[in-house]
Amino acid sequence: MLKDITLGQYFPGNSPIHRLDPRTKLIMLIVYIVALFSAGGWISYGLMLAFLAMAIKVSQVPLKAIVRGMKPLVLILIFTGILNLFFTTGETVLVSFWKITITLEGAVRAFFMVTRILMMISGTFLLTYTTSPIMLTDGLESLMNPMKKIRFPVHELAMMMCIALRFIPTLIEETDKIMSAQKARGADLESGNLFQRVKALVPILVPLFISAFRRADELATAMECRCYQGGDGRTKMKLLRYKRPDYYAFAVGVLLIGAVVLLRNFGL
Amino acid sequence: MAPILQVKDLQHIYSIGTPFEHTALDCISFSVEKGEYIGVIGHTGSGKSTLMQHLNGLLKPTAGTVLLDGKDIWSDKAFTRQCRFRVGLVFQYPEYQLFEETVYKDIAFGPKNMGLAAEEIDRRVRQAAGFVGITEEQLQSSPFDLSGGQKRRVAIAGVIAMEPEVLILDEPTAGLDPEGREEILANIESYRKAQNATIMMVTHSMSDVARMAQRLLVFSNGELMMDGTPKEVFSRAQELLDMGLDIPEVTRVFLRLHELGLPVEPVYTMEQAVEALKGLKEGNAYA
Repeated sequence: MLKDITLGQYFPGNSPIHRLDPRTKLIMLIVYIVALFSAGGWISYGLMLAFLAMAIKVSQVPLKAIVRGMKPLVLILIFTGILNLFFTTGETVLVSFWKITITLEGAVRAFFMVTRILMMISGTFLLTYTTSPIMLTDGLESLMNPMKKIRFPVHELAMMMCIALRFIPTLIEETDKIMSAQKARGADLESGNLFQRVKALVPILVPLFISAFRRADELATAMECRCYQGGDGRTKMKLLRYKRPDYYAFAVGVLLIGAVVLLRNFGL
Repeated sequence: MAPILQVKDLQHIYSIGTPFEHTALDCISFSVEKGEYIGVIGHTGSGKSTLMQHLNGLLKPTAGTVLLDGKDIWSDKAFTRQCRFRVGLVFQYPEYQLFEETVYKDIAFGPKNMGLAAEEIDRRVRQAAGFVGITEEQLQSSPFDLSGGQKRRVAIAGVIAMEPEVLILDEPTAGLDPEGREEILANIESYRKAQNATIMMVTHSMSDVARMAQRLLVFSNGELMMDGTPKEVFSRAQELLDMGLDIPEVTRVFLRLHELGLPVEPVYTMEQAVEALKGLKEGNAYA
């Protein structure tokens, strides 16, 4: 059922990674991605992989969950792989037929590109799996705070994101319920050609939209009743504070990116 | 006569293999005879809604079987779809599933999915509308212009129009005013009488089930705790209260009267209460 969708879902836990400040995790993710895209050779990729494996191990997120989240991306991965495999020019020709040539450089490049995407997505999943949506938006809001100076609506954006994230499970549940209700009236969602299938969605989408609007309306009223007026002068119940493990994490991040840059200079 | 529905050792676990794994139902067995009126009670999260979705093949049991007329409803795909028509399920707040432009079209959705002929669909829509008291004029209006109670009756008509042998309703009276509740209960009763249908009604209203149902199933934490007539079930009032469930108000009053030393049997409907009190008065007159 729809409930089993795990893409970017939060896995409650109490590992050291779960306990890190969300800002630390966000910054570390950026550092990790920058390092990943700076990595140029087998050794630096090995280093990144070791770092990722260690992070996953420490987070206690089951590897299965991360692999399952990759499923929707298989097509993109295959596409990237093929594109790089066939369209990289190089010296050492491995196979050549018709107009297509596969070079050793192309094969290596395709492998690196696919690995890079896989590792980038695993890292992102690790963030969303170990950080609750509320912590995540809190962290983002705090990181984007300086942008308030140029009148960027940081708080409003964070609140919108928070509400959107908060309502994803609710809407999924609602969709599930409406689907069941229409199936109970004999709606057939699984068979038929494309046109029939699109038509079969109407009995689901109409009630879903109506309920989404109703919910938005109710939420707005409820927020107004509690005197919500936007971010001005609003204080937080849980203040974000960097603690010792956060500094350790930053140190690891600096070491990681330093090592990758150093290796890059030697072409490794 | 063979039971129309049979549930054998039913178990359902949600989200197997994730940290959210949760056993909603465990070792449930019971059978339903044709024409029975069954009330299903249990606190929120006791698994009763999950159970209802197993009875028409919306959810697949993780273990155990559900038999309709002696045949496993998951035995083949066509039969599972058949079950959806033979066992009608009205969800909680069914008015949120309305989607068509007119009430008529919405009620016709189910029969249309059954692949019936146009005249038969028309007959069923009008008959179903009749059961729930929707007028000819309302049939042509938009379902979104109706009041809450009317919307719900339209949604129930949408299931009744499939003429299911078993009609399952998940809290059909939730959130309605007393008048609306009475109407819905009367609608269900008229459908039952006309079609000799089997009714299963999930509810939190003890006085409703006490009055309407011939048999009660009591669920708690995914297990079937009691199965018997209202009299049998409500005579175990204390156990019900311990499970966090309610008992009919009259039963409460009579339990207290009994405690105070009056020679009364526990009753569970207003009519019985009147009889019991009359009897008591006459007894006193002779004393």
